[in-house]
Amino acid sequence: MDSTDRKIIQATQAGLPLVSQPYHQVAEQLGLQPEDVIVRMQRMLDSGIIRRIGVVPNHYALGYRANGMSVWDVPDHDVLRLGPLVGQLPFVSHCYRRPRHLPEWHYNLFAMVHGRSREDVESQVSQIADLLGEANLGHEILYSTRILKKTGLRLAA
Amino acid sequence: MDAVDRTIINALQGDFPVSENPFADTAASLEMDEATLIARIDAMVSDGVLSRFGPLFDADAMGGAVTLCALEVPEADFDAIAEIVNSYPEVAHNYERQHQFNMWFVVAAESRDIVDEVLLDIQGRTGLIVHDMPKQDEFFIGLRLEV
Repeated sequence: MDSTDRKIIQATQAGLPLVSQPYHQVAEQLGLQPEDVIVRMQRMLDSGIIRRIGVVPNHYALGYRANGMSVWDVPDHDVLRLGPLVGQLPFVSHCYRRPRHLPEWHYNLFAMVHGRSREDVESQVSQIADLLGEANLGHEILYSTRILKKTGLRLAA
Repeated sequence: MDAVDRTIINALQGDFPVSENPFADTAASLEMDEATLIARIDAMVSDGVLSRFGPLFDADAMGGAVTLCALEVPEADFDAIAEIVNSYPEVAHNYERQHQFNMWFVVAAESRDIVDEVLLDIQGRTGLIVHDMPKQDEFFIGLRLEV
């Protein structure tokens, strides 16, 4: 990734121009050749710097009003085996291992689940609990009650 | 939101092409015309059905640093603290959640050093302990919402 890639990231991270030739418009804005922008974006897509390109839905507006961050206390020696199993469940959007913050916070596995209602989320979370079985030493669901900010990741100019 | 919007959302959560005329390419595969596709996306962004339209970057792959942080904010101070936290361009998302830890935000920057500076600064300005929970392993990312 070089300074030109960074400029392209800065120019597109809030969104692509909604015109027939968005990459041409980005190129024009940056003083680059359209082919250059296209090649570089494809390369960033191939290398994983761009995860994907498309619509970024607002879960709330789409009726997925119950957004639960389920957090789990799983034995450290088992988390690398169990994490991928949880992550593969169709209703889990993100699944990460994160550090505990004892004494207040003893959870090390995070799985985001989205449903149309809290009942949906609870039934999904009970499926995770079934899957973890005895490795589930405790869990909670943290519901989001307000989006305070959502800009997506931004690279400062 | 009607059937056309739903088709667009279901079909376009990832595979928008990098090409000369990407909307025309996509419209053809969705059996609609280019102008309709652009107008529909534009309207859904304006209405807030879509947070945005474009690339989703992986801050880690960019060589940057990202972390998730939790704060225990006294209810009376909640809005003032949210304003402080949100004022940092490095704070990408911030959610209120029902828990003792009631504010959860993502900090992303070019380097872990910058993340650390932001966390220290937030800690100093809010007087609250910032619980730093960077991911140690990622097991999956990429929900496809069906609408």
